[in-house]
Amino acid sequence: MEVLARLMRELEDQLVVCMKCGMCQSVCPVFDQTGREADVTRGKLALLSGLMESIFDDPEGVYARLNKCLLCGSCAANCPSGVDVQEIFLKARAILTGFMGLPPTKRLVLRGMLANPSLFDRLTEWGARFQRIFSRPVNDIIGTSCARVMSPLLQDRHFRPLAPVPFHRQVPSVDRPAGASGRKVAVFTGCLIDKLFPNIAHSTLKVMDHCGVGVFLPENQGCCGIPALSSGDLDTFHKLLDHNLSLFEAGEFDRLVTACATCTATIHEIWPRMAAKRQREAAARLARRTMDINQFLTAEVNYSPPADAPEIPRRVTYHDPCHLKKSLKVFSAPRDLVQATPGCRLAEMAESDWCCGMGGSFNLQHYAISKQIGTKKAAQIMDTRADVLATGCPACMIQISDMLSQAGAAVAVRHPVELVAEALDP
Amino acid sequence: MIADKLVQEFKTVVGGENVWTDASDLHVYSYDAAVVDPVRPGLIVRPTTVEALGRTVRLCNDNGLPLTVRGAGTNLSGGTVPLPGGVVIVTNGLNTILEINEADMYAVVQPGVVTAKLAAAVEAKGLFYPPDPGSQAVSTIGGNVAENAGGLRGLKYGVTRDYVMGVSFFDVEGHLVKSGSRTVKCATGYNLTGLMVGSEGTLGVFSEIVLKLIPLPAHRRALMAVFDSLEKASETVAAIIADRIVPATLEFLDNFTIRAVEDFSKAGLPKEAAAMLLVELDGHPSQVEEDAARVESLCRAKGATSIRMAQDAAERDRVWAARRAALSALAQLKPTLVLEDATVPRSRIPDMVTAIQHIAERYDLTIGTFGHAGDGNLHPTILTDRRDRAEWERVEKAIDAIFDEALAMGGTLSGEHGTGIAKSRYLEKETSAGTILFSQRIKRAMDPNQILNPGKIIAVKE
Repeated sequence: MEVLARLMRELEDQLVVCMKCGMCQSVCPVFDQTGREADVTRGKLALLSGLMESIFDDPEGVYARLNKCLLCGSCAANCPSGVDVQEIFLKARAILTGFMGLPPTKRLVLRGMLANPSLFDRLTEWGARFQRIFSRPVNDIIGTSCARVMSPLLQDRHFRPLAPVPFHRQVPSVDRPAGASGRKVAVFTGCLIDKLFPNIAHSTLKVMDHCGVGVFLPENQGCCGIPALSSGDLDTFHKLLDHNLSLFEAGEFDRLVTACATCTATIHEIWPRMAAKRQREAAARLARRTMDINQFLTAEVNYSPPADAPEIPRRVTYHDPCHLKKSLKVFSAPRDLVQATPGCRLAEMAESDWCCGMGGSFNLQHYAISKQIGTKKAAQIMDTRADVLATGCPACMIQISDMLSQAGAAVAVRHPVELVAEALDP
Repeated sequence: MIADKLVQEFKTVVGGENVWTDASDLHVYSYDAAVVDPVRPGLIVRPTTVEALGRTVRLCNDNGLPLTVRGAGTNLSGGTVPLPGGVVIVTNGLNTILEINEADMYAVVQPGVVTAKLAAAVEAKGLFYPPDPGSQAVSTIGGNVAENAGGLRGLKYGVTRDYVMGVSFFDVEGHLVKSGSRTVKCATGYNLTGLMVGSEGTLGVFSEIVLKLIPLPAHRRALMAVFDSLEKASETVAAIIADRIVPATLEFLDNFTIRAVEDFSKAGLPKEAAAMLLVELDGHPSQVEEDAARVESLCRAKGATSIRMAQDAAERDRVWAARRAALSALAQLKPTLVLEDATVPRSRIPDMVTAIQHIAERYDLTIGTFGHAGDGNLHPTILTDRRDRAEWERVEKAIDAIFDEALAMGGTLSGEHGTGIAKSRYLEKETSAGTILFSQRIKRAMDPNQILNPGKIIAVKE
């Protein structure tokens, strides 16, 4: 107990900032479902303080409650005292994981697979080959499948299947000089886009080409590291950071863009703060140049569609990914892109910036709560009578596809960049 | 420790998933938003039906377990800090708006309904529930009624008390007691509603609350006036009231708060200003415009260095953003923030502001003052670090001094935060020994085993 208390003291100066006002209760998607103080940030911070002050001894209990969090950042964005929730939670997860050890399944997935990008790629490719045996399509418009037989892992999910061929197999690398715009970007693909949504990556390249932007896309990219970090696995995170930093340090570009809200937020906000000392400078340098693709296209290259672009009349509603709106304050750029797309009309849903309930591994560990949160989101989407749900995050796309598909909705799920790319050529 | 068998009984009443006994769960119900020491309860119960709520109360009484009712736990006087080993009853599982009656202009709600959600639901029907405590985004109606919560609109619209038409509550034995009615007038029985409002969970447990609604004002106008002296600002407040204008809100920010807000939000506030007034008028458009023009000329006559009249909703929001940012801006400066709410008759606001400044100097403390100048309810906000023992002692002395000043001016210890445990020992100073005795007798008659949030408002006497 004393050892843990001493470790937790690293967080003391950040923990005392919380004045226990409880305002986080108004925005926490998990608390909204459960009404339990231990599920909201004020409670979690009190638990960490309690361990630090040795008021009680229940590290396992605290760890379990700490992990029952979407890391959506809604609380931090709404916190009157400016508590740095994300950093406290990630550091606390690392401390508690270090103290109690990584559970065996997580050890296997994170250290055995994720930490080794080329092995991870090979394993998911095998998965893509076999998934048809275990699953069957359920909704053509959304593109979801479900399990053929009862499965404890898949439960009743309607999931987006792995792409038959991941993006990195189709386009291993690119190094294209700047075009008319005089700009060149590095593209960080991100695991979900690579393995589930390669069309977003193709769209990205197409749009960059249209805008006269050069692209540097290095081969053998790794995960941004957030799954490891949110499991408290600093070692894997640092390993992935080394891998990615050396890849991107080698290229020449003025911006690093990603089409994944979570990757962008992780690189921009978390890499510099959670990097090992040796990596900190390079991470900060890269972070400063990192930008969400919607923002890049609207703010930096002034995207506009070609004059002869085909007009496909569609009603589009936009969901704000937490990591774009709350972490990076990006919310008008993706809407501007949607509205700039010929034929697209934007119809706002209620509470568009309420979390979809995905939260990465939260969805795996707490599917019941995740589903309650997502069901509400699906209903709000359907209320707009939109044909298309657009959102700037592939993780949100997985969750929303699942929820819409289970609700039997006929709403296509797209990244804004996909809509933009569709207008570029027939 | 509560015996397993008894825990099982609670589970039978409310369902196993609504009873929590893990060390971690107990720890997170040991505090509220007040700066007081946490106290660990023995059991957390979250009833999801009114029947279960009543049976939970009875079970506590039968077993002599002290119980503390908790809504959102935003209490600023320690009223929701439980008793050691006691039971916390969480009401947020009882969160249904049972009725919004447009014809008769009332709402019936369960205690766990969130204030802002009720306000929004009511507003969607063109009606208005005015009480707007600072925590309204999370606070519950049950908590607001139990604390007689206030807000920014006290001057014109009053506080929670003024909107409670009736309450139903469980007495300590679990009998359902009904008081008040859905009618504007009601002259039957004792005014138990009056007794229950502000009783801080010491006399019974609310099961249902009937609230008065009023028509939503058709028009609003906000303005911001800047002053180079405190005196000019407080004279302006007095002049507005003397001119028989009743703004919906009339808020004050001192120089320290203005600087903190400006550093925090870069809203373009004048950092050299000694004080600022934020005024909002509402009602019939022509009346509002006429009053706004008069307020503007009064501000000018009293020497305001600048006046900004909001021209549209967006500008009005910017005016109020400055006020809303006050607490956040101050909270960022130091780890511990003590938000007091000693209140004086509004004509004494200038004296109170000066007194607070002297207290800050005498005890060498940082105190930012802002608040509801229109109703005499200022929020002297002491910024400190509770880990600094020497400074914390001076903070406690400063709080005593603030209370003494407020009482000397004919004011009260608390305008809207309640007595709780933070102010119970000062209560006799404000009232009398007889008042305490009378209150203790009421308490003992209604709660002979002293299990209903004992120690809050008045100390327990055997």
